[in-house]
Amino acid sequence: MSDPVTALKGAKGTAGFATVTEIGPVGMITLRGDFANKAVVKAAVAASGMTFPEQRRCATQGDQGMAWMSPDEVLIMCPYAEVHDRLENLQTALAKHHALAVNVSDARAVFRVRSPKVREVVAKLAPVDMDEAAFTIGMFRRTRFAQVPAAFWMPEADVIQVVCFRSVAQYMFDILNNAAKTGSEVGHF
Amino acid sequence: MLTIHCPNCGVTAEETEFHAHGEAHLKRFGPGSSEDDFESYLFMRKNPKGVHFERWHHRYGCGKWFHVARCTMTLEVFGSYTGQTSVPPQQIIDTIQDRRPDWVPAQDQA
Amino acid sequence: MSTRLATPGRLIDTSQPMSFSFNGKKLRGYRGDTLASALLANDQMLMGRSFKYHRPRGVVASGAEEPNALVNLGREGRFEPNQRVTTTELFDGLEATSQNHWPSLEFDVGAINARLSRFLPAGFYYKMFMYPRSFWKHVYEPIIRHSAGLGKAPKERDVDTYEHFHAFCDVLVVGGGVAGLQAALTAGKAGARVILLEQTDHWGGRAPVDGGVVDGASVDNFVDETLKALQSMDNVQLRLRTMGAGVYDHGYALGYERLTDHAPGSAGPRHRLWRIRAAQIITATGAIERPLSFAGNDIPGVMLASAVRDYVVNYGVSVGDRTVVVTNNDNAYLTAIALKNSGLSVPVILDARVLPDDRGLVAQAKALGIRVMMGHGVSSVKGGKRVTGVAICSQAGEGAVLEEIACDAVAMSGGWSPVVHLWSHCGGKLRWDTTHACFSPDVDNPPKGADGMGFVTPAGAASGMFALDDVLHDAHAAAEGVITCLDMKLPKEVTSPVAERREESPMAPVWMMPHGASAKLRAKSWLDYQNDVKVSDVRLAAQEGFVSVEHAKRYTTLGMATDQGKLSNINGLATLAGALDQDIPSVGTTTFRPPYHPISLGAIGGEARAEIFQPLRRTPLHDWHEANGAVFEPVGQWRRPYAFTRGSESTHDAVMREVTNTREKLGLLDASTLGKIIVKGPDAGKFLDMMYTNMMSTLKPGKCRYGLMCSENGFLIDDGVVARIDEDTWLCHTTTGGAERIHAHMEEWLQTEWWDWQVYVANVTEQYAQIAVVGPNARQALERLGGMDVSKEALGFMDWADGTLGGFNCRVYRISFSGELSYEIAVDASHGQAFWDALMAVGADLGAMPYGTECLHILRAEKGFIMIGDETDGTVIPQDLGLNWAISKKKDDFIGKRAQERSHMTDPNRWKLVGLETLDGSTLPDGAYAVGEGTNENGQRNMIGRVTSTYHSPTLGRGIAMGLVHNGPDRMGEVLSFPGTDGKTYEAKIVDPVFYDKEGEKQNV
Repeated sequence: MSDPVTALKGAKGTAGFATVTEIGPVGMITLRGDFANKAVVKAAVAASGMTFPEQRRCATQGDQGMAWMSPDEVLIMCPYAEVHDRLENLQTALAKHHALAVNVSDARAVFRVRSPKVREVVAKLAPVDMDEAAFTIGMFRRTRFAQVPAAFWMPEADVIQVVCFRSVAQYMFDILNNAAKTGSEVGHF
Repeated sequence: MLTIHCPNCGVTAEETEFHAHGEAHLKRFGPGSSEDDFESYLFMRKNPKGVHFERWHHRYGCGKWFHVARCTMTLEVFGSYTGQTSVPPQQIIDTIQDRRPDWVPAQDQA
Repeated sequence: MSTRLATPGRLIDTSQPMSFSFNGKKLRGYRGDTLASALLANDQMLMGRSFKYHRPRGVVASGAEEPNALVNLGREGRFEPNQRVTTTELFDGLEATSQNHWPSLEFDVGAINARLSRFLPAGFYYKMFMYPRSFWKHVYEPIIRHSAGLGKAPKERDVDTYEHFHAFCDVLVVGGGVAGLQAALTAGKAGARVILLEQTDHWGGRAPVDGGVVDGASVDNFVDETLKALQSMDNVQLRLRTMGAGVYDHGYALGYERLTDHAPGSAGPRHRLWRIRAAQIITATGAIERPLSFAGNDIPGVMLASAVRDYVVNYGVSVGDRTVVVTNNDNAYLTAIALKNSGLSVPVILDARVLPDDRGLVAQAKALGIRVMMGHGVSSVKGGKRVTGVAICSQAGEGAVLEEIACDAVAMSGGWSPVVHLWSHCGGKLRWDTTHACFSPDVDNPPKGADGMGFVTPAGAASGMFALDDVLHDAHAAAEGVITCLDMKLPKEVTSPVAERREESPMAPVWMMPHGASAKLRAKSWLDYQNDVKVSDVRLAAQEGFVSVEHAKRYTTLGMATDQGKLSNINGLATLAGALDQDIPSVGTTTFRPPYHPISLGAIGGEARAEIFQPLRRTPLHDWHEANGAVFEPVGQWRRPYAFTRGSESTHDAVMREVTNTREKLGLLDASTLGKIIVKGPDAGKFLDMMYTNMMSTLKPGKCRYGLMCSENGFLIDDGVVARIDEDTWLCHTTTGGAERIHAHMEEWLQTEWWDWQVYVANVTEQYAQIAVVGPNARQALERLGGMDVSKEALGFMDWADGTLGGFNCRVYRISFSGELSYEIAVDASHGQAFWDALMAVGADLGAMPYGTECLHILRAEKGFIMIGDETDGTVIPQDLGLNWAISKKKDDFIGKRAQERSHMTDPNRWKLVGLETLDGSTLPDGAYAVGEGTNENGQRNMIGRVTSTYHSPTLGRGIAMGLVHNGPDRMGEVLSFPGTDGKTYEAKIVDPVFYDKEGEKQNV
């Protein structure tokens, strides 16, 4: 097997007021199931190593995490190299239950945007209230960034992490850098 | 541009995150149905000036479908509710009747 | 003449001189000037020509309401027409040229129209250009096109950038005058998140020009203190140079920020479009002064009284040495007083009113020694390109001249109209205020939001309050009301400031000056300066039956174009009401539509231009394609290689080579764009039986089946190969454009119709790089990679298997869209490129070449395989395409089944799929229609079929095509005529749609 290659091979944009870095590859598993079923939740917790997230929240710790995607879907994140084993264990644990777990690690691109004004970068692209009081660390939001679907969260202050489809990685990288162009600071937050 | 509340993920967001899918609570007619029933299922749509029930899709968000009751004339929204129902819940009907006393639910119409 | 005064204006910084040019002439101004004030300071009163009569036009106003003074600004990549001089901040090096004239501003040939004006009344175009019909295309239209339009269109690409910004707040306050400042302060003190927008580059609006005392200090002081307080609040955001452009449903508002218009070339975007969601909006948008309708009121030098005052006080510019003031209200006296105090001459104030006593400003003016003539007005203004004097008459009469006074400027005031645009954009209603003779917001009928409650509150002059004290109280009260709506509390100690009251006499509405003006005077009394609409035109429209205000607007062009009648609307309505003998409120207003003032298309487009105009979807192999001669074609948002050209080879030659190579050796296709959807659950089989026309529940694990998907209308919407993965899991392939659509289609049925079925669906399209390995050498290539058995016995046609090839984990589907021995291999996308490289390496001496979508099309057309979007167009059912074999007869139901039983769907006369072969081997034109006997009721030849796919087949050395033909399958061998758009008629024979390897021997090896 070859070394995995991300969509943009770790591209980095540093010209603007935020640095935009493609990270990854990140291991990702989409799990769909009935979360009223304790066995499904238990399997998700075991596979992710994280507590089960509340509505529209995510818990991350280093390379692993779990995000709430919809009432019957979570996204489990882990080191890329571990995804096949974790998926297998998860599928084994869920064998007797109606659930669907699939590897989507390669279907995504992940960006890390860092800047004291990172909230402005998001506010230029997504119709989301980025006020400090309105969007806080631990929240997970699925929305659109300009013309493509995306999900994002703030793992720490001044940083957002954005997940989008792999095919539009270049577009996402370009719009993030464009929104962070020097001279376009808004001074709103 | 409307703001819509998605009852599935709890987000209240602007219309650009969503997609409207037309009239809600259509009853499907399949093989064996009469020409008239099938025609009305396939083609006949309500176009009320006032209270209307619609199906919406949170396309850029959680990806789920749901229903919205709103006024086509004033764009007032009476509420969003689950996509997994063939009739509007009582709570929505109560809200509408509270704000539109003259309105009569479709199933009660003569 | 107009000139710069010795006393500097309050906005001018004389330490920063600037040079600029107008029509090539070098001129000078200062920081703080608008282009309007700088031109006036240089005695450039003539700034443009009117649209219809090409009348000489000077500036009338000092703000966004200016109808006349529009110029071309900048050059090359920064050229822009129709820029208002009053809203253009002066900068060093500014270049402006006047528009709408030929050959020059001073001497304009088009001005002949003015001489002909009595032949060009309202509705002239409709009346004149009707007959004879044939004249329209060759005579009238070219003439109208030549003379139509304001300004020149830019020729070069815009060099600036633009962006959007999404902001959210509790209270959006539009307008940074004293009302807006006060409203923001009150709301801010209650703890609300406030955004305050001001369209100009300074705070305070017109109050500092008009003066006054607030809480014992000057109004300037009030502005400074309030601003300081607001700046210290974290919950308040202030934006200058940002216009509230529009108010829309559910508290959505647009702000239009002009960041670099005053400093072109500086870093950052030129304009930023603020997309604001506000729980409550306060419109503190002020008021606009109305002109008076008297003869010659459009001659350069006749201006709004407030504008004359603004130029003196704000910019230190006098518009004339001798200014006659004409008014129907007290406010214009401020202008006379300001001029007098600046050492300028005011020969007379003509006041249309007859007042019982002198008080307030009237008394003040008289005390300054200014002559005031009550009950008088202007009979006509003298002059051509510049005012030279006025003829005075009694307001009550018909215009008999009592006296002529020489002057070089006229300051007029017909009263004030609140700026109700933003209030009205989303449905706020208006009421007629008889005291001030204006429409003001009917606060009992505000625009309503998602909760059915009002979400806009007017404040200050925008709500019809004109005295400073009323303005401040109203603004405070507006904010208080808004705070209550938000369920917030205002601290008790927060109260409204108090301003000193001026004694004032009531205004008197004057819609025509003099009241009984003769037809001759009315024909020279302008209502709309930009569109050359006069009192006589509106009266004519009424006389000809255009009694609705919306009709009268279109018929006369009153209130159209770039100013949308900010000055002319109310005067026009009043004139129409007068002509119809109705009162003004019953005539009503035209509709106020956003934007308030024109905004740039760049701002609307935002970041979406050039590379990021729209997302382009790229496969994991995209870079390789790019580096290896790919000519791309768009397929939805995807970019797929159409063909891979080599050296100087043409695209057509490349396609021919790729087809031949794939048929004879080995072709590789990037099929990653095909949709891949996992469907899993105890009810997945039942669900797929509903989704597809075929039976999918009976498919055995390890097997593939080609499936068709229809809409509930019965029409074919997608196709693809379905693989059964295990007992309760299927993988469905969709077309390239279909992945998201079909995924959503499945979810919609599951979520809204069969929500009790146990099925989960996931779109895994982009998880995989999928490569089709096609051709007689395909198996050999895979065997060289090694790792799994790909023999006919182990992996037969329509089988699939998981395994490894060359060390890559993969899933191999033995399926064929080409008729050749073919494997489609899916590997994780992150390994896609490495796997492709491995295939190219082992295939090098087997003739491995990449092929593109056009080759794919030819291969499938040679085999008679249909393509969604070519053979289908949303009106085609599977039965039309001879695909009955793929429609299960055993199933009670599937999506589309009932529709396919409808009489029209079972009609034997439907056009059906056939192959078409030209008699001479040429290629049929795409989309050509076959013509039959006779003509239809429109005299057109009857059509009996059309071409859906057509290619030159290098395999067969001739043109091949598929088409839908009336009774096609029953007409084998018949020759049809296809007239082409090139004038030639093509003859083609109906044949079987499978042109190549009918028995399928090649794919079954």
